[in-house]
Formats: sequence, C-alpha cells, structure tokens
Amino acid sequence: MTIEELERIRTEARQILAERGERFLPDGELKPPRPGEVRVVLRNCGQIDPKRIEEYIAKEGYFALHKILNMTPEQVIDETKRSGLRGRGGAGFPAGQKWFFARQALASRPAPADGAPPAYLICNGDEGDPGAFMDRAVLEGDPHSVLEGMAIAAYAMGATQGYVYVRAEYPVAVEHLQTALPQARRLGLLGKNIFGKGFDFDVDIRIGAGAFVCGEETALIDSIEGRRGEPRPRPPFPAVSGLWGRPTSVNNVETLANVPQIFLKGADWFAGMGTEKSKGTKTFAIAGKVKNAGLIEVPMGITMREIIYDIGGGILNKKEFKAAQTGGPLGGCLPAKYLDTPIDFESLVAAGSLMGSGGLIVLDENDCMVDVARFFMDFTQDESCGKCPPCWLGTKRLLEILTRITRAEGTEKDLETLEYLTQNISTASLCALGQGSVNPVVTTMRHFRDEYEAHVRDKFCSSGVCKGMFHYEILADTCNGCGACRLKCPDKVIKGAKKAVHEIDQANCIVCGDCYKACKFAAIAIRPRPTPKSKLPECG
Amino acid sequence: MTILAINGKKIEAAGGTILDVARANGIHIPTLCHHAALAPQGACRLCLVEVKGMRVLQPACTYPISEGMDVQTDSPKVRTARKFVLELLLSDHPKDCMTCETCGHCELQDLIYEYGVKETPFVGDRHLFPPDERDPFILRDMEKCIRCRRCIRACDEIQAVNALTMMNRGFRAKVATAFDTRMQDSNCIFCGQCVSVCPTGALTEKDSHGKGRDWQTTKVATTCPYCGVGCNFDLNVRDGKVVKVTSAWNAPANKGALCVKGRFGWQFLHHPDRLTTPLMKTSFWKEIKGTEGAPSPYKGFVETDWDTALDAAAGRLSAVRSADGPDALAILTSAKCTNEENYLMQKLARKEIGTNNIDHCARL
Amino acid sequence: MSMDLDAHRPALDDIINREKAKGGALIPVLHQAQELYGYLPKELQDYIAEGLGVPQSTVFGVVTFYSFFTTKPRGRHRIGLCLGTACYVRGNTKNLERLSHELGVNAGESTPDMRYSLEVCRCIGLCSQAPAIMVGKSVHSKVQPDQVADILSQYE
Repeated sequence: MTIEELERIRTEARQILAERGERFLPDGELKPPRPGEVRVVLRNCGQIDPKRIEEYIAKEGYFALHKILNMTPEQVIDETKRSGLRGRGGAGFPAGQKWFFARQALASRPAPADGAPPAYLICNGDEGDPGAFMDRAVLEGDPHSVLEGMAIAAYAMGATQGYVYVRAEYPVAVEHLQTALPQARRLGLLGKNIFGKGFDFDVDIRIGAGAFVCGEETALIDSIEGRRGEPRPRPPFPAVSGLWGRPTSVNNVETLANVPQIFLKGADWFAGMGTEKSKGTKTFAIAGKVKNAGLIEVPMGITMREIIYDIGGGILNKKEFKAAQTGGPLGGCLPAKYLDTPIDFESLVAAGSLMGSGGLIVLDENDCMVDVARFFMDFTQDESCGKCPPCWLGTKRLLEILTRITRAEGTEKDLETLEYLTQNISTASLCALGQGSVNPVVTTMRHFRDEYEAHVRDKFCSSGVCKGMFHYEILADTCNGCGACRLKCPDKVIKGAKKAVHEIDQANCIVCGDCYKACKFAAIAIRPRPTPKSKLPECG
Repeated sequence: MTILAINGKKIEAAGGTILDVARANGIHIPTLCHHAALAPQGACRLCLVEVKGMRVLQPACTYPISEGMDVQTDSPKVRTARKFVLELLLSDHPKDCMTCETCGHCELQDLIYEYGVKETPFVGDRHLFPPDERDPFILRDMEKCIRCRRCIRACDEIQAVNALTMMNRGFRAKVATAFDTRMQDSNCIFCGQCVSVCPTGALTEKDSHGKGRDWQTTKVATTCPYCGVGCNFDLNVRDGKVVKVTSAWNAPANKGALCVKGRFGWQFLHHPDRLTTPLMKTSFWKEIKGTEGAPSPYKGFVETDWDTALDAAAGRLSAVRSADGPDALAILTSAKCTNEENYLMQKLARKEIGTNNIDHCARL
Repeated sequence: MSMDLDAHRPALDDIINREKAKGGALIPVLHQAQELYGYLPKELQDYIAEGLGVPQSTVFGVVTFYSFFTTKPRGRHRIGLCLGTACYVRGNTKNLERLSHELGVNAGESTPDMRYSLEVCRCIGLCSQAPAIMVGKSVHSKVQPDQVADILSQYE
C-alpha cells in the first residue's frame, strides 16, 4: 500500500458515498447528532458501511496511520500527551503516558528469543457496565477506526501484535471486526511492513465469556492467556509485565477510536475541546427515565442538566428527576444538586462517582435509592472474581444488609455496619472492582440518607418500589372521580361512584400499582402502611 | 542497595518485597495466603501496609521495595483494614475451635487472637459444607476454607499435579477438583502438599484426628525410610507415639514436599505386627547354639538380639567366602535404604568381602 | 468416548488443532466447542483438556468462572432477559415474572421439551430500547408483559 493508492481508493469511495446519499443506516439506533453534540468517536457510525473498508478510507481512514509512520514513536507519544487524551474506560489515565511506560519497559528488556512479539497492544472492548454501549456502537459501526487507532498506539509503544477483546454479548461487533481484519490485511494496512515503513502489526480477536471483572486490565490479560480472569496486584503493571510477561498497553475502544482523529486534525484541535484536565469529547449512553434515551457524544465539561434536559429531552412522564447514576456499578448516584456540575473525570470523582465508561442512567421519583444500591451490589457481588475477601465476602455482606433493608427487616445498626463495610472494602480490596463496588452505596447513603432512614425506622419506601413497605392512597382533595383507577384495578378493590372520590379497599389491595400509573391527575399517592409487612419474598 | 523506611526506621536492602525486607529486619507483618514455598499472590489482604503516596493500602507480599519508599506496617489504618478482613473471614467460618483439629496451629485463629476480634459484626449466609470424609488420608472440611488458595498453588507449583482449582466465582467460589469430585476420583496423588500448606482446619490429616494437639506433641526430625531420596520430615510424637508427619520446610532434599508414603504411611511404626527384634531361623539357631531357643510368636523363628544375629550372619558369610571365594557371595540392597546405607553396603561387598556382586532393586 | 462427542468430532479436532498453535487457546476452543455441542459436558471438557495439554482442573475452573459457558444442555431458543440497569429500572423484572409463568420454569432453567431456556443476563447494550429481551440473536425491545406470550409463539 502506498499513499497514492490510498488516495485513489478514497476518491473512488467518496464517489460511492456521494451517490448513495448521506446516511448508510437511516433507521439505526444511533440518531443524527442533536444540538450540543460533537461527534469525534461516533463520527462515522451510521454514516458508512462498516463492512467496507473503502468507505472508512473515504472518511480519511488510515491517513493518520500513514502520517504517523513518518514520525518517530516518541513524537507520536508526545503528540498524544499534548492532546490530553485520557483513557475512556473509566480511570482516565493519560493514554500517551501509558504508551510511554510500555515503551520504556520494552527498551530495558531483551526481545524474546523465540521470535514472539516483544510487546502487545490490547483493545479493551469488554464493555461490561450495564447501561453503557458506546464501545459496541463504535465496534459495530466503525471497526476500522479502532483498528487504525490500535496500529498507531502499537507503533508508539512498540507492539507488533494486538488483540481486540470483545464481549460475547456483542455478536455483531465480533462479526464486523472479523470482516474488517482481512480487509485491512489485504490492503496492507495490517501485517508486515505497513506502508513500506518497516512497521509490522497484526490484530487478533478474543471473545469474552461473560465476566465483568475482565474489564480490569490484569484480569483481561489472564483471560486472553486462557485462565480465569482474576485481577493481580500491581505492580508489576502491564506496561512492564503484561500479556505473556511482556510490556503491554491496554486501551479502551473509545480511547483508540479518538486516536486517528488526533493525528488527522492535530493535538491542538483535540485539546481545544473539553475542560482543563479532561480534553476532547465523551460518549454517554443515556438511559432510564429520560425521553430520548440513546447514545450521544458531547464535549467534556458539559453539565448533566444539558445532557439530560437539552439533549435527552427531560424526564419521562412529567416525573421529578431524582438522581443520575454515572459510571456503572462502580460509579455513583448523583442528586439534583450536581445537575450543573461540569462533567469531567475529576468533578465526577469529587462527587463520589466515576466517569466510568459513560453510562448515565436517569432515575426519577419512582426509583428507590436503597433498591438501586441493592441492584448494583447484586451485580457486583455476582461478578466478584472471588479472590480477595473484602470483595467476595464484603460485597456479600453489603448485599445482605441492603436486601434486609428493602424487605423491611433493616435496623439502625445495619446503617452503621453499611458504613463500616463501605469504608473498608474500598481501602482493602485488591482491584478497582472491589474498591469501586461500594460507590453506589456510599453515594446513595450520602445524598439520600433520609430514604435509608425511612426504610429502617418507618419501614417506608417512599418511591413505591420495596414491596410491603408502602401502599397507595387516593387523595380526596385531588381525586375527581374519573374512574380510570377503578377500571384498571385487576382485583376490583377500588370503589367509588362516577365523579365522586374513590377509595381503595386496603385489606384486599395487592399493591400492584396499576391504579397509580393509570391516574392522570396525581390523585394517588404512595403512603406508609399502617403496619409494615415484613419477610415478603424478594421481588423478581 | 535500596534505602527505604519501614515504620520510620531506615533500612537498607538489596531487593525483594516489602514483606521480605520487613521479615528480614524483624518487623512483623501478618499473612494468610502467603507461604514461603509458594509464589505470592496478594489476595488475602492481611499483609496490607501503607505505602506513602499510594491511595489504597498495598499488599506487602507482592509490592517490591524501591528507593526512598516510606512504609507503615502497623498504623491504625492498616490495623483497621486487617481486623476488618478477619471479621469478614470469621463471619463465614465455624466457631468450633474447641473441637477443631487445627486448634493451636491455625493461622486464622492466631490472627483473630492477635487482632482482638471477639465477634464479627456481620451476620449473613455462611458456607455450610459437611466434612468430606470420602477420601483416604485427607479430610476436607471446606466450611473452614478461607480461599487463600495455598493448596491449589502447592499442587500446581510444588507437585505440578494440578488436581485442584477454584470453581465458580465470588461468594460461590470454592476450592475443588475438576468437576468437584472427591479427590480420589481426580488426578490427586495424595502427596498431601495441600494439607501441609493449609493455614486452617480445612485440610487435615485424616488418620491424625484426635490423636494430639500441636502443643501436646513434640516434633522429631527424621529421614523418611521409604526410599533413597532422603526426604526429611518431622514426626509429631505424643507420649512416645507418632501421631502425625509434618513438613520440614528447610529440608535440603525435599524442601517440605513429601509423597503419599512419607506423609501418610507412618502407622506401621506402632503396628503390633511390626518386628522389634531380630529373628533367626530355628534351624540356624540350633546349628549355632545347639538348643531349640525360646518359644516365639513367629513360627519357625527364634527371637534374638542384634549382636547374636549379626555375629551369626557374619560367621556364615565368612565361611562361604573362605570355602568358595568372594564371588560366591552377592549383595542386593534396597531402594528403601538411604544413599549412605547403600554406600556402606557396596563398601562391604567390594572392600570387605571382595566382590563386585552388588546390586540394588532400583524400585520401590 | 460417548456418542455425544462423536457427533462433531472431526470439527472439534480441527478447532483444537487450529487454536492450539496460538497462545491462550482454551477460551476460544471452549467457545467453539459450545457452539458445536450446545453445552460443555464433562466428557467434552476432558477431551479439550487432553487435546490442548491443559489440566482438567484448569478447564473446569475456567468453565465455571465465565457465565457464558454452560455444562447443562440448553433449549433450542435461548431467551436472554436483560437485567442491566436500564432494563431493570424500566421494569424488565415484570417481564421475567411473566416469562417464568408462561414457560413454567425459573431463570436458568429450560422447558422440559427443550424448546426454550430462560436466562437472565447483564446488559446486552440495548439500553436505549429498554426493557429488552433477546431470543437467540433476535432482539425484542420495549417489551411489555402482555407481549410476552406473543413473542414466545414466534419461536418453534
């Protein structure tokens, strides 16, 4: 492959794109950018046919790779550092710095005697945060941008072999990568002596097998090596001793998809977006009780209010915003007072949450914060690898307490024990999963302490979630006797004449909530039960 | 040399982990998953220490020392974290130390005591596995397992048998053989390396149960009589009787490792059928002594003492040598003898008798 | 060697021989073997251990660690009900109750006729279409409990 050939393919493919029209997937799940969005990572998603490398080339694909092969690896690292690109997988470690460490480690060690690759570049596509799917969107919609980013990163750090580790739950992403790889090899954009510059790099796909903890880099490396994905203490860091003991850099899909653009448009362009310490854009998967759920990409530093209300269209069904859960199971729940905080790595950590991979779940007044904490703990508990006791036993104890509280069996002592557990699990756990597992509990306890106390003291769940801890009452002042609730009630326990105030026969009500949903006039309220029912079977 | 500070004390060391350096300098750091014969894994979180500049506590067993490092091994933060881990472990552990076989040499018990854990603040599910007595030699009481994985690593790193693994994950994770069978149905060879490294009562020597607590026994170093490798181990002796064999980790030939015979095959020592005195054939006795000899429980044999027996044997060997020459004699020794014993036998053959007819059964 | 293994033995041998040359072959082989046989029974795990020269305990440890691997046969149609955050807050537990009721099995079980197996999974990345259910590789989005019976009838 030469630059002339690449230019020729670009010209031809542009023609095809022009003839076909703007979008390849007019009905895809990715909507056209909304005002306020800036698409860097998602730039080609939905625009090009991900199964045709030519269309990626039409969008300047692989030109950045050609460009950097005329630079030294050190220059590539410096340029990446200057752009301020930080890891999009959660922790926000500077990408250029990561490559620099790996390169440094590589220089201090002899090459393997058996001709094995001296260093590895791993693309972490084990996107496990429930509620986040940006990596899937990029791998499915623009796989070549990730492969090009990998090649650039590999050149910078000195790797000759790369792996893309993709979740088994993403069969389409795997299929598109499996199509993309031979195409890139055929054009000489992967393989030996790329662009005739003496740079060798190839990529293999590894499919995850359903373990959230494999998103942790040392566990991911163990998994590629064919073992149980159990995190190891660092040091040694993968940059020094990673895959098969060689210097390894593990970078997230979104991080790598940013890389070609940084070299096409320049580090200054990238650094011109975002905040002082968090540059560029970030994709967010907005979900939950928001009108326009979906994937967006916005400059770092945008506020949660802008995301949820301006881009997301506000809360569903005219309900009240209660909290936004960011960062997945290891992130936290942020209440309304953080709506105007600019979102970047530091501010989210300061608020007790995480950027994570960019999941953003909007919760409304009908979401119980204790139950949300319990939900995440159930997840983390199930995904704990079982290696260190603070995690495998600590999260179990946390889950047991949260379950007790949501079943009206909680005590004041339980709240103290929760705090004791969260403090120590976060300092004593081996990896980020254990350390971060407490964040949903810590943030909900910090910002919604009253809900925990109501659950424990009054056995009352004001959100109407925890079974046996509330009932519905029709407000005599508001009810206009429309009868909607009476008609909807499956057990016919609501009585009332037309245009007269209705009433629920509490003794026979099964608290299914159909009346609450049916009422258009907010005349049905969630109220404490006179005698809380305890020891009900767990819901679901 | 690397200069670092542990608990404010300046220490010079050539290298290694924080734990290595601390122990070499007499600084106590508790451990559970660590074992000197196994690669460290940093899992149990008992050896957590504060390393200045690090956000979270770090395991001393895997953390390499570096120049200017400032480590606290016993700060309140560290002690709180360790106590927390112990409380957690105790919440999933039976509190039956009174009847537990390992009482007195249980590393968990010692640490619970050291950290003053009176009771655990955590109430919840506990693993309830019944003791697994289906296997010979090894009793597995998995509800006492703290998942330190020493057994798995010993089986893998020392014995290279790989009979054990972790199965499942999280709270459901447990140590198991492939397909969670009894050990006899796996590729286990019952070397007992797993038992020797288990810090609690999860893996114990089945035949030693109830025969003596650690403080009731004396350890007597000896060399295994089963073969010529020369493995050393400690006989655990109570009231003049052997009740158990335990690993001698500094043994030059075997470094703590043993095979099924050495570790579990000691019952013959006190067996009523064991010969405790030399026997001579009644016909031979009659020939030398001219008497019938005292009646003995062994039909056709007379009980005697070593001097008599050896004199008789030497006399007959000399007679054969004089009559028919040294090559009329041959010596076959045993693989059960030590190297030294075999050396002496060949010396007896070649130098004293004067024959090269010396051989060895060469198998057990 | 059981009949089960013989059914796809040449293909299985191909997979083992192809992957064996690369490092870390175990997980790719388990994936492909499960694709062939539908599940990973003991005989199959033993055969893979032998073929790759990996201890049986390692294979067993890996199979039980990753939730994607199963040692029990599964129904013709695998129903994956997502209980990721978005699907959870949008009420997929109600759909689970309904599915469980319609099929007469709990999550993690298969129907006696092996037509369906019901599994709960963690986020399948369809958060914008929550609550979502996958049957095989087809996606059903924004599912309401009343639609459950209708969805089931689409799969024979």
